[in-house]
Amino acid sequence: MSEAQPFVRFDKVQKSYDGEILVVKNLNLDIPAGEFVTMLGPSGSGKTTCLMMLAGFEPATHGEIFLGDQPINNVPPHKRGIGMVFQNYALFPHMSVGENLAFPLEVRGMDKSERETKVKRALDMVELGAFGNRMPAQLSGGQQQRVAVARALVFEPELILMDEPLGALDKQLREQMQYEIKHIHESLGVTVVYVTHDQSEALTMSDRIAVFNDGVIQQLSSPSDLYERPDNSFVAQFIGENNRFDGTILSVRNGKCKVKLDSGETVDASAVNVGGKGTRTTLSLRPERIEINPKSKAGRSIISGKIEEAIYLGDHIRTRMSAGGSSEFIVKVPNTSGHTPLEEGKTVKIGWLTGDCRALDPIA
Amino acid sequence: MTAESTNAPVRHTGTAIAGVGNRVWIWLVGAIVLIATAPIFAILTIAFQASDNIWPHLVSTILPRAAIDTALLLSGVGILTLATGTATAWLVTMYRFPASKFLSWALLLPLAMPTYIIAYSYVEILDFSGPVQTLLRDLMGWRSSRDYWFPEIRSLPGAVFVIASVLYPYVYLTARSAFLAQSVCVLDVSRTLGAGPWDSFRQVAIPLARPALVAGVTIALMETLNDIGAVEYFGVRTLTVTIYTTWLGRGSLSGAAQLAVILLIVVMLLLWLERWSRRKQRFHHTSSKYHGLPTKRIAGWRRVLATLFCLSPVLVGFVIPASLLGIYVYARIGEPPGVSFLSLAGNSLFLSVVAAITAIFAGLVLVYARRFIRWRPLHALTRLASIGYAVPGTVLAIGVLIPLAALDNYIDGWMKNLFGVSTGLLMSGTLFALVLTFTIRFLAISQGAIGAGLGKVSPNLSLAARTLGRSAGGTLRDVDLPLIRPAIITAALLVFVDAMKELPATLLLRPFNFDTLATHVYTYASIERFEDAALPALAIVAVGLVPVAILSATIGLSFRTDRDATIAVQVDR
Repeated sequence: MSEAQPFVRFDKVQKSYDGEILVVKNLNLDIPAGEFVTMLGPSGSGKTTCLMMLAGFEPATHGEIFLGDQPINNVPPHKRGIGMVFQNYALFPHMSVGENLAFPLEVRGMDKSERETKVKRALDMVELGAFGNRMPAQLSGGQQQRVAVARALVFEPELILMDEPLGALDKQLREQMQYEIKHIHESLGVTVVYVTHDQSEALTMSDRIAVFNDGVIQQLSSPSDLYERPDNSFVAQFIGENNRFDGTILSVRNGKCKVKLDSGETVDASAVNVGGKGTRTTLSLRPERIEINPKSKAGRSIISGKIEEAIYLGDHIRTRMSAGGSSEFIVKVPNTSGHTPLEEGKTVKIGWLTGDCRALDPIA
Repeated sequence: MTAESTNAPVRHTGTAIAGVGNRVWIWLVGAIVLIATAPIFAILTIAFQASDNIWPHLVSTILPRAAIDTALLLSGVGILTLATGTATAWLVTMYRFPASKFLSWALLLPLAMPTYIIAYSYVEILDFSGPVQTLLRDLMGWRSSRDYWFPEIRSLPGAVFVIASVLYPYVYLTARSAFLAQSVCVLDVSRTLGAGPWDSFRQVAIPLARPALVAGVTIALMETLNDIGAVEYFGVRTLTVTIYTTWLGRGSLSGAAQLAVILLIVVMLLLWLERWSRRKQRFHHTSSKYHGLPTKRIAGWRRVLATLFCLSPVLVGFVIPASLLGIYVYARIGEPPGVSFLSLAGNSLFLSVVAAITAIFAGLVLVYARRFIRWRPLHALTRLASIGYAVPGTVLAIGVLIPLAALDNYIDGWMKNLFGVSTGLLMSGTLFALVLTFTIRFLAISQGAIGAGLGKVSPNLSLAARTLGRSAGGTLRDVDLPLIRPAIITAALLVFVDAMKELPATLLLRPFNFDTLATHVYTYASIERFEDAALPALAIVAVGLVPVAILSATIGLSFRTDRDATIAVQVDR
């Protein structure tokens, strides 16, 4: 890495539970100090396993995990000094909020007055200063969540792990907590590794997102890069909505390629990951980047499509078309004044800028 | 990667938490599992040693009778418990009739009655000199047994009758919880599809409850195999009795071990049957919210019939024998007891308390290790440690005796050589053997109850405590133990009560002149003086009521849903 020593480092880490199937395959990941990194992926993709290995609850089958410059494979979880926020909060139900927060401080041999100061400060940070004597069961879900965050931070760890911490909250509270956690991260400068399967959560909070699938990081990028420039069709499909359609490469030149679609039409696309002339490829195209009856042809690919269905969604009209050999070709038409009337059964021209269409994943 | 060799890719054995603390846990688990399974290995070893081969002798003499009697007893008990348990459970769960709510927990009462005590009681009641036949003779003017026919209670059918009348609650329990768990919607669906109440029961409720019913019957049959007091008294020569007499009567340990192997095969067969009956039986209830079953009121003369039907098992299995004991005890108030009841009770208490403590400790280690060491072979091992509960007490006792006696001999010889002191039967001849056997036998109970309690505590709590700086032991002490205290108390009570009632292993392993309440009752019954042992017998029954209370408290929760549902149904009308 060009930067200084990474703070967290996965070095060729593999994990298997049964000795046969690898749930994490050869993972390499460097996280600099202070970064907010999210591990995003469908369930079973290996993201939680990675977090558990980092926390020390699962041993790596192969490879080494470093914290600072120390290998930590043989350090038990209670000696790692990593704060962790769990799904469903995991507050100790038999202890008051204050006792929950004092729990990590006691074991570190702090005296009572120091403990009280730190507990107070941590509770103030999550705006629960008056709740120290309450029991967890007396708090709302959002409040419990804040206590869990405060407990993970109270002993001032340099690394915080969060395992789907907002999964149990309703949508509105979840969005509010996303901002709060983001602000806490910014003000404390602590390193955060966050696990979620909710892409909007990942896009909102993260400096970088590692998209997991099948035990492999498919792409590690900033939120905007992930959306605008997916490396492969899994990422394109997983983040946001995406049209996929197949074609055959006619030519590749200067990072661009000409592709003959299965409908017989020819389009231009960015050649991200393609084979040579004559090979098959999958094209990826965001629905909101497609224009119906484009006014200009410059730098655009244009094909024709038949409107199958138009669903009115307020700010845009979700239009399903048959185009490019796919009958599930989705176009988001913004509900601007004077947009093209969308008549079902009618055939129209559709077009997009060449750079918006990415040729990914050669098909064997 | 650094050049140090320690950082080369190492194949970890899969323990979740590296470090020394973990190794201690693994060693502890290993030791417990080894001790818990050692009896089985000991029996197998002795049984297949060629030196004292009595297989041919066994096959030609004792075995056929033992096999037939065991098979008949098991089938009889199986059919009777299944019928009684299922029918009563269905009635009290689905219908309302006079005293149905009271009966729903009273049907558990026979659980408090050990098989040997009910057997002795019914011999007292139904024997020639008992009140029933005496009354008949007085009424009819008969003089001797030649004047009339009366069923002989001390027989195989008699054994089936008394054993089933105290073991049916296992089927009742599993059947009732299965019926309660069946969301009412499946029954409603079957009604809308045109099935009447009987068809709904036969075609929907019973098939859905089948795994539970089979599980209940299996427990009842295992208990039947464990029994020695009742069958021996009734002259039924089951495999269990045969093992007992081969060891104590003929002094042939290897013969007993060989018979024990056969009994183990029967046990395995039962367990396999249970598994087999559940094959592909993965039912999921479709609605996540269970409505309590709306109970229907039975009208007319049939409601009296329902009450009588559900009352009779309670009378037969608990009220009648308990009353007999009560009458006997009452009749002897003021008489000086032959043997000090207090010393017997003291022995039983001491033994049961120690057994409960060791079983809880061992169970806690196994359950807790399973929670934080995610290594599958270890999980399988901890479950293997439950095997003692499936093994009849007699078999287990012999299995414990074999290695302990060998160890005693070894220590004795060693001490003689070194110091000229004979230590004698240091372990096999003392309470140590008995405590060990009880611990092994009841480890399944403590593991089960503690495991269920810990299962309700989110594993994330333990993980959180670990990340916050506690070691595994510290997490257990500060977080998990306080949270599972009720489960531990329940587990300890269950083990305690089972140990108080235990007879077969105690008979084989008790030190000389050491009597518990159970062995005292057994001894007195065998010399036809059961009347004089009524107080100890009643004490055992009274202690046996504790788990019944625990069970009815857990089912108590479902009482509430029952009542609520009943109210709801009434409001609907």
